[in-house]
Amino acid sequence: MSTPTTWRYKDLTSIERLTREEIETVHHYAAQFKKSLDRSQKKLPTLRGKTVINLFIEPSTRTRVAFEIAAKRLSADVTTIEEAASSLVKGESLRDTAEVIQALNADLIVIRHRSAGSADYLGKLLDIPVINAGDGAHEHPTQALLDTFTMKERLGSLEGRKVVILGDILFSRVARSNIWALKKLGAHVTLCGPATLVPEGFRSMGCEINYNLRAALADADVVMLLRIQHERQASTHFPSVGEYKALYSLNEERASWLKPNAIIMHPGPVNRGVEIDSALADSPQSVILEQVTNGIVTRMATLFLCLTKANELRNAQAAPQQ
Amino acid sequence: MSILWIQNGRVIDPANNRDAVGDIYAVDGKIVDHLTPDQQQQAQVINAAGLVVCPGLVDVHVHLREPGQTHKEDIRSGSRAAAAGGFTTIVCMPNTSPVADNSGTIERIRNSAKVNSIVHLYPTGTLTVGMNGEALAPIGSLKQAKVVAVTDDGKCVQNNELMRRAVEYSHMLGLVVMDHCQDATLTKGASMNEGEWSMRLGLTGWPAAAEDIIIARNIVLSETTGAHIHMQHVSTKGGVELIREAKKRGVRVSGEAMPHHAYFTDEACKDYNTNFKMNPPLRTAEDREAVIEGVIDGALEIIATDHAPHTDYEKDCEFDKAPFGVIGMETALATCLEVWLHSNRLDLPTLLQRLTEQPAKLLGLPAGTLSTGAVADICIFDPNERWTVDPMKFQSKSINCPWNGLTLRGRVKHTICAGRPIWDGERILEADA
Repeated sequence: MSTPTTWRYKDLTSIERLTREEIETVHHYAAQFKKSLDRSQKKLPTLRGKTVINLFIEPSTRTRVAFEIAAKRLSADVTTIEEAASSLVKGESLRDTAEVIQALNADLIVIRHRSAGSADYLGKLLDIPVINAGDGAHEHPTQALLDTFTMKERLGSLEGRKVVILGDILFSRVARSNIWALKKLGAHVTLCGPATLVPEGFRSMGCEINYNLRAALADADVVMLLRIQHERQASTHFPSVGEYKALYSLNEERASWLKPNAIIMHPGPVNRGVEIDSALADSPQSVILEQVTNGIVTRMATLFLCLTKANELRNAQAAPQQ
Repeated sequence: MSILWIQNGRVIDPANNRDAVGDIYAVDGKIVDHLTPDQQQQAQVINAAGLVVCPGLVDVHVHLREPGQTHKEDIRSGSRAAAAGGFTTIVCMPNTSPVADNSGTIERIRNSAKVNSIVHLYPTGTLTVGMNGEALAPIGSLKQAKVVAVTDDGKCVQNNELMRRAVEYSHMLGLVVMDHCQDATLTKGASMNEGEWSMRLGLTGWPAAAEDIIIARNIVLSETTGAHIHMQHVSTKGGVELIREAKKRGVRVSGEAMPHHAYFTDEACKDYNTNFKMNPPLRTAEDREAVIEGVIDGALEIIATDHAPHTDYEKDCEFDKAPFGVIGMETALATCLEVWLHSNRLDLPTLLQRLTEQPAKLLGLPAGTLSTGAVADICIFDPNERWTVDPMKFQSKSINCPWNGLTLRGRVKHTICAGRPIWDGERILEADA
């Protein structure tokens, strides 16, 4: 691949702000880094001497660990701060916590937070790069980058492909980031799920909405399942898990409505038997674990881009005017 | 004897249908229709040529945070912010700490106002004890303590039966009920208008229906009880239409528009700037247009500010965690002029009526007119002077201002309260100075 490097920002807080070229730049580096995964010596010296702080103010397994591994593979030092072990529980503000981290000489912050906009907030506040690892229901840009990377590995170009995102769209940052990314990469996006979780407003992002699962899945190249977030919906958004299953759970029969070589995706964590039949989750059509693996290399790419770009910005500022 | 002679201004007094270049005189704090030659000799003269002279503006909806939250604002700073904005009469909301649900707290506010306020300040009391929406506040005692209205502003009584009793009881006492219209079951966790922008930003949306449902309820309650219910800070198209239609049927309801709802839309939240977070939230362009229209045709006959100070550190946080509210007294006149006058949507006398005569009339306040014998509360402004909003220069203690950095047209040059100049366009004129 000979994609030219395009990267304009210090931070990575949203996909909405990225251009198609920037998304492809991440994919390009992710593909390069993926080659290193097969080596016996997996570590690259790229970010030696850099310190990455994972500030995780909301529980996470795969995203947090993937960022940790990604940073370590690039030889950065990485420290993870979780909410319970931070001064936030003592009432310290997010601003103060972040400024302390910067003052501790960190080179980059990866933040996961319940509040939409929190990553943007830190990005404006700090001189060091900020990567958004999920901010409330706003965006989860690295998830969309790894998802589209995975799709491209399996399907090639996404131009004209039909991608169905199924489930809880309203509360999903993964859905928002993926919609932005997929639209920029030329895919058609259809949203499906109960009307209470798939608001009409999403049409303004250029999506189709179809509440009928069969019609939605017909001829799809990809179906991306989203977790039903029991903890967020109290009891008002749908009647019961049983009813959700009856209407929208993906099983063998419903999977047959997809294109024959279509893939099944899920950002995890999977509620087996709710969003998807357990056997189907483990079938060859499922790329759920490939997504996890690709999560490492995509995050290596974003860490690399944000840190080297930040260096360039700093150097440009320090350089004497011509 | 204090004598004031304001010369050659465009005098606009909507209460008297007056709009002509002329002079205004005040002797010992009252408007008089002429000065004797002797008085002319002694008078303090203000040359108002090229300026508009109108009654001091009246704001029936401000938060002064005293008692209890004086780090945000207090009666001293709040009244000075009013003066700088051309307001000479303000009505403060009872959601203080403790809340003003008893005559003692009202007394405390009134006592502080006597010492600290440089404008006329009238308190309101709560509708319910602790603003908890569970039991009626001692509205009769509050009336005796001289509240001018009752409201649970900041909250909304959810229990319809209790609201009905509150309305009936207040009506008996001749008090207007002012209501913050919000169905709380529809706004749990919400921090901005529900719509395209909340969807994009991933913020929990606050549907227009949450406001419309309560406005509709209040119209029904007003109709069945005959009581006057005033809808505070109306922000939705549906709400404006409901009020307009009810008024046509003769229902005793009134409505209030905020400059920020008439100026901004929910798109302003796109950078998660918490200075655009308010309750009710900024709405869509359609809603904004309806608020503007409502003021024009009188469906919303009052403009008020909902001046709601919060410190910079309280607003400096994640959007969903920030408190609701923005300050507005020092920008109100200029933003209203931009929205209604400079866009040629409304003539100046009608616009000023919404800021003077109507709010005074709503609560029966001795304000909002330049009639002979009236208290000499006067605002003098240049409707065309451009200035750039810099909250650091404000009199308010807080700087949570959504107009920060914007250039507006319309500048208050003099504010006179009971015949005494209190603002000269640059600074507050203290009594002893």
